[in-house]
Amino acid sequence: MKQTSQLGSYAHKFPRGRAAELPKETLLKMYRDMVEQRRFEEATGRAYGLGKIMGFCHLYIGQEAISVGAAAALRPSDVMMSAYRIHAQAMARGVPAQAIMDELFGKATGCVQGLGGSMHIFDIAKGFWGGWGLVGQQVPTAAGVAFAQKYQSTGDVTMVFFGDGAVHQGAIHETFNLASVWGLPIVFVVENNQYGMGTALSRVSSLEPLHEMADAYKIRHYEFNGMDLLESYDAFADAVDYAREHSRPVYLEARCSRFRGHSMSDPGKYRTKEQLEEEKAHDPIPGFAAFLVDCGVTTHEALEALDETVKAEMKLILERAEAAPWPDAELISKYVLVSP
Amino acid sequence: MAQLLFRDALNQAMSEEMERDSRVYLLGEEVAQYDGAYKVSQGMLARFGEKRVIDTPIAELGFVAVAVGSALAGLRPIIEVMTYNFAILSLDAIINTAAKAHQMTAGQLSCPIVLRGATGAGGALAAQHSQSLESQYTHIPGLICVSPSTPADAKGLLKSAIRDPNPVIFFEHEALYSAKGEVPDGEHLVPIGKGDIKREGSDVTIIAWSRQMKQLIEHADAWSEELGLDIELVDPRTLRPLDMDLILASVKKTGRVVIVEEGFQFNHVGAEIAYRIQRDGFDLLDAPVERVTNIDVPMPYSPALEKLVLPNADRIKAAIRAVCYK
Repeated sequence: MKQTSQLGSYAHKFPRGRAAELPKETLLKMYRDMVEQRRFEEATGRAYGLGKIMGFCHLYIGQEAISVGAAAALRPSDVMMSAYRIHAQAMARGVPAQAIMDELFGKATGCVQGLGGSMHIFDIAKGFWGGWGLVGQQVPTAAGVAFAQKYQSTGDVTMVFFGDGAVHQGAIHETFNLASVWGLPIVFVVENNQYGMGTALSRVSSLEPLHEMADAYKIRHYEFNGMDLLESYDAFADAVDYAREHSRPVYLEARCSRFRGHSMSDPGKYRTKEQLEEEKAHDPIPGFAAFLVDCGVTTHEALEALDETVKAEMKLILERAEAAPWPDAELISKYVLVSP
Repeated sequence: MAQLLFRDALNQAMSEEMERDSRVYLLGEEVAQYDGAYKVSQGMLARFGEKRVIDTPIAELGFVAVAVGSALAGLRPIIEVMTYNFAILSLDAIINTAAKAHQMTAGQLSCPIVLRGATGAGGALAAQHSQSLESQYTHIPGLICVSPSTPADAKGLLKSAIRDPNPVIFFEHEALYSAKGEVPDGEHLVPIGKGDIKREGSDVTIIAWSRQMKQLIEHADAWSEELGLDIELVDPRTLRPLDMDLILASVKKTGRVVIVEEGFQFNHVGAEIAYRIQRDGFDLLDAPVERVTNIDVPMPYSPALEKLVLPNADRIKAAIRAVCYK
């Protein structure tokens, strides 16, 4: 039989070193963003434990290098769309932390006025398009946004996140095909934290690494260490530029760990304590802090002071969310249909 | 007024709206090069080009969801699903995305799509290709559902649907595509949410839409004479939101109601109409509301059986007699 497969031909080695061009101020800002996201999620976990936040709630702790690297590679007019582990991604895109926390509390001052909660954070003006709760649903939807960007020649790109638990949804494979056939400017990002809820990827996936499936659809693909901020930025900057310049999709696999359970109701019994400790040894925040100090960009003392400032801010954010008003009953039916 | 086929009326509606608004585009299986499985999009590829008349793979979940996403981002897609039996695969995009986006974003996004395609029993197509799944969609807040019975209504309602800022689910009965009727010349819009009296009568109200209404229009004169009862035909045209003012005005006149609807019986659209009539028009009724639907089974293939399962003249006339106590 004639061998026609060209498996591997769309694999791409992204050029390292883009992050070296980032100015000192940007590096410090990226560090601060990671710390803010970490402390925000810790505050969220505490508030959830106190019953102030209800519903499903998924924390991003451990994956901050991905959200920050991704956001730094986008233009303000680009679109970021995601699933439901999104508080930190929304913050990375510039959605005010207070508006997110108020939303988690179900208050009228939340970014969607209390209609969405943890899984449905949206701030279209900031380029953060949610916030979708059905596994894989956001992927074809995001491709539609990319379709519109191309149709209207905006020059913008769409970046869409999904988890390793979503990659076997048919919708995603249908979308890969359409994005390739139609040449859509979209960056697909699988955040492979190795567990879909509590099921290890190897138990349910015929393929690893996951990014290789893009070969079947003639889509450029590569993986990167999602626990390393500089590598993350390099990977995203390359992908975003390629999608924009060529109006083609790219598929990235971010290898990462989440340090908490799938959601607040998950005790995480599928990982041993030792395994979790080993994963935490790759925590992106101390790793990047050491880099900044080594390079002489800042000092340990300055970073510790920054951490204290951020913690105090989060305390204030929780207090304000607590004090914020509940939504009015009229909101129930206000947005079911577009008002004439 | 021109005589037009139902499919050509739909074609005119799409073409006029695409001329008017560059955000409007058509996509679906076979819509471009093949001119449409039912020839509704005949000539549109040649007229509007590859950018706006787009063939898709047979992948309803993917391409419907992509179209939905493009609507969130400001385009106005017309999505042809060939038939609603196949659109089942796209329900996640319709129910979980299109119908939720406006509310879930507190008005930051809206989803102006038109999903359109064939519904109903086209004739000996058996169980998987003969369904009327309208009530799956009318069940969902955030969707508008439209089902025209005449070429004029098809054109006017489709143009309104394309202009509507909300997701509109547009049902075209498979057996209506070749039906002919007068369509007003020039700009012709039929408002969404407004029903129509297709025949004035004084003794009994029949509420129906789509192919069932077409057949009732053809038979109403003869049946009125045969039964000695003057039949009024009410076509809601839009199934959600319902024009209850028009329906109740007719009930006030006749006091007797039969609802004729193609499709499964349990939880059908007419059940909601009957509930609303008894709630808001209890004192107007002289008899319990009757309904005629498909017999509640998967559609058999044999034409001898299919005609028994669909609403037919015998069952409709029996229902009319029952509400008139004749």
